[in-house]
Amino acid sequence: MRGKKPKDAAQKGGNGAVTRRDFLRGASLAVSTGLLAADGAAVASPPESSAAAVVGPGKVPVTLRVNGQVHRLELEPRVTLLDALRNDLDTTGSKRVCDRGTCGACTMIVDGKAVYSCSLLAIEAEGRNITTIEGLMKDGRLSPVMQAFIDNDAQQCGFCTPGFVMAATALLAERRHLTPEEVNRGLGGNICRCGTYHGLRLAALEAAKRMKA
Amino acid sequence: MATCKYDWPEAAERHLIGKPISRIDGPAKSSGRAKYTYDINRPGMLFGKVLRCPHAHAKVTSIDISEAKNLPGVKAVRVIQGEGKEILWGGDEIACVAAVSEEVAEDAIRRIKVQYEELPFLVNEEDLERAQSQGHTRAPSVQTKGDPDKAFADPDVVISEGYYGAPVITHCCLETHGQVTEYDGSDHLRVWISTQGVSTIPQQFAEVLGLPATHVEAICDYIGGGFGSKFQIDRWGVECARLSKDAGGKAVKLMLERDAELKVAGTRPSAFAKVKVAAKKDGTLVAWQSEAWGTGGVAGAGVPPLPYVLEGIPNQSKKYTAVSTNTGGARAWRAPNHPQAAVLTLCALDDLAAKLEMDPIEFLTKNTGLAPEHLGETYNDELAKVAELSEWKKYWHPRGRGGSGRIRRGLGVSIHTWGGRGHNSNCDVLIQPDGSVEVRLGSQDLGTGTRTVIAIVAAETLGLPVEAIKVTLGDSRYPYSGASGGSTTVGGVSASTRRGSVDARDQLFAAVAPALGVPPDQLEAAAGHIRVKGNPAKSLSWKQACARLGTKTIQATGKNPGPCELGSSGVGGAQVADVSVDTETGRIKVNRMIAAQDCGLIIDMKTAESQVYGAMIMGISYALFEERVMDDQTGIMLNPNMEFYKLATIGDIPEFIVHMMTGPQYDRRGVIGLGEPPVISPGAAISNAVANAIGVRVPTLPLTPDKVLAALEKA
Repeated sequence: MRGKKPKDAAQKGGNGAVTRRDFLRGASLAVSTGLLAADGAAVASPPESSAAAVVGPGKVPVTLRVNGQVHRLELEPRVTLLDALRNDLDTTGSKRVCDRGTCGACTMIVDGKAVYSCSLLAIEAEGRNITTIEGLMKDGRLSPVMQAFIDNDAQQCGFCTPGFVMAATALLAERRHLTPEEVNRGLGGNICRCGTYHGLRLAALEAAKRMKA
Repeated sequence: MATCKYDWPEAAERHLIGKPISRIDGPAKSSGRAKYTYDINRPGMLFGKVLRCPHAHAKVTSIDISEAKNLPGVKAVRVIQGEGKEILWGGDEIACVAAVSEEVAEDAIRRIKVQYEELPFLVNEEDLERAQSQGHTRAPSVQTKGDPDKAFADPDVVISEGYYGAPVITHCCLETHGQVTEYDGSDHLRVWISTQGVSTIPQQFAEVLGLPATHVEAICDYIGGGFGSKFQIDRWGVECARLSKDAGGKAVKLMLERDAELKVAGTRPSAFAKVKVAAKKDGTLVAWQSEAWGTGGVAGAGVPPLPYVLEGIPNQSKKYTAVSTNTGGARAWRAPNHPQAAVLTLCALDDLAAKLEMDPIEFLTKNTGLAPEHLGETYNDELAKVAELSEWKKYWHPRGRGGSGRIRRGLGVSIHTWGGRGHNSNCDVLIQPDGSVEVRLGSQDLGTGTRTVIAIVAAETLGLPVEAIKVTLGDSRYPYSGASGGSTTVGGVSASTRRGSVDARDQLFAAVAPALGVPPDQLEAAAGHIRVKGNPAKSLSWKQACARLGTKTIQATGKNPGPCELGSSGVGGAQVADVSVDTETGRIKVNRMIAAQDCGLIIDMKTAESQVYGAMIMGISYALFEERVMDDQTGIMLNPNMEFYKLATIGDIPEFIVHMMTGPQYDRRGVIGLGEPPVISPGAAISNAVANAIGVRVPTLPLTPDKVLAALEKA
């Protein structure tokens, strides 16, 4: 099990209410269970030390390493990694859609694993290597996964697209030999409304082929 | 050779039109650089949140916003529906706030104290008698044609009766509805808004806020899904602007939360019906009778066009009752009323074909003469095409004769129609002396490929590659172009772009004709050159030609409608579904879907096919999974989220065969819209395939395992 029980429930809040942080910890437990079937995807668990420390409720200093760059921020502890990046760092490629670990539009790669950044607090992401869609381009050039998405028209409105690119990138970092069934599992934690799954399947398989070559 | 100045080029002369071309905004979208409304961050921007009514029907007896107002970081609080207001559906807006962060705005919302007097409500409509007994129905509309009683009484006809339906579903746009509003001075408003009609937005805000429309600018570079639900500025849009004003003009971002998106930002009305239909023993349809009802919220619902497609059935008796429910209101949902009409009609006809022991493709083909005008022949061609591509003869079996194993396989078919005539559109085509080309218009690209078709049409007309065209849209300051609804955009923008590009090209011909020593009408634009017809050696490169403009930029305006018919309306379409049903678990697996679709002249084969794939996937989603679940006891929606409002995921998706109908008889019709038609048939086709597999009809969508098992048990 990846999730941890909140050890400090008695010290929290004072009024006995469940804080967003407690909730998210529970949610990440449930989500990681759901994602165990999806190859290459997992929800990062909070590091040992942050579970014991009591921070907030006011703003606290948070240092995030995003796409190799270090950012020092002042954030309320309840702010998710997704919201911190979108609202405080204007890094908006990752989208907020379901905001509760279902749709994958917020997928980032944290320490090599695809995670739902709506279900990870920013303070839990301290000290980790966070990669967003913005970090996948090298010298202004599209990544092979991005190019495969374009060639196979794996996007319509495009709102789910960055999440799918991140999920496919994490999947391909683990394995280069992909069957259609593995694509279904690897991208099964993301949702598209326009119905681009046909192109997405072709794109993932083609990217795998190109990256092998 | 084209006979009218603006005609589309003949097939042999097309270098780009009709070819598979990647969407030009693909790199921006796949790299995350595309900025949607949700992504707009302005200096000093505030965050807006809305307090919503937790009851299905209630009266506001008191509201206290003082504590919210006093919370540090809160910049504006507004009561939207205060004391004495009657609230008619759960989730309706009560009050809103703007604050320095999302978190503070949420805290402020929790500090608003509202008391309600709860009132009686109805939130579910499938039980029509209950709705009637509670006074939630309107006077039914009744229509009769021919002599249905006599036709049904004929002893030589075969009659089938059944119950069919599709529940309320939601749009569930991935980018929720919302906007960022910002005042520039006291009377200029700039709005970034997730909208399907950027040119229509200034007038909507102007009316409500008392500003001249010229003082409102609307921007929408990218939109994360609309499907018919994003035409209006909505009450939250107006309130967002008022929060901006109250906060000294500062930018306010107010995007709906996911639960609000599913509760109040749009639904597809339900439709249920008891249907009776009769045919002669040879399969000729003679009579239709339907008693239908549905809801689209408090205001009732759109009426499904029955009988669908085969509207010429000679004897008809139709009754429709609108049910008013205390639920979030309906909005246009991709092909409004048609998917429901397809389920009610094509499932009933499929049951009749089964009773006649006829192959449903043969049965439909026999009756396509009952479809409007030119569509009969189109349907015959499309039905023959899906039969061929699906290997129908090999896989189809009479109903229920799919073996006795646990897994039963079956095939089903459906047909559909849609209008899709091009809307009003204006564009400016600019050719600069340095050779760069831009098309500007107040349109929007919903992800259908609008930018790309505009670039293709301009490039084809000017003899340039697609990359040479800059398409600028998504801003109300550009020439007015219609809202994207009813599959009207591709016809509108391709026609205005064609006319504008032809005129711009002719101006360039006039400017360079002296240098080439021939009259302008002897010139052509091809392969990146302006050259003399029949003498390609005598030419100027595009850049050389444009340099002749000196300091003068060419600007030509293209319009639709305009001279020379460049589009029309009225498409058909046929689809086959191939499913396997697990008779022990009730689970349905779609194995294959096959589509034949016409849409006149196709501009971009790649994005056209994507529309059909996407529509069928959306169709699988509503056929198997989607349903808004309302609680009879509390009146609230039980699945306003994405884990229980189920959408198809990649593992639910079968193999597809998409065949676009092409050739002179389709090209001749000009450009016709495509976004909506292919989403209509999947519900009926999949339901018919399931009936074919298991020998019994599962009456209503979604075809969930519990309903499949219940139908099997009843059989």
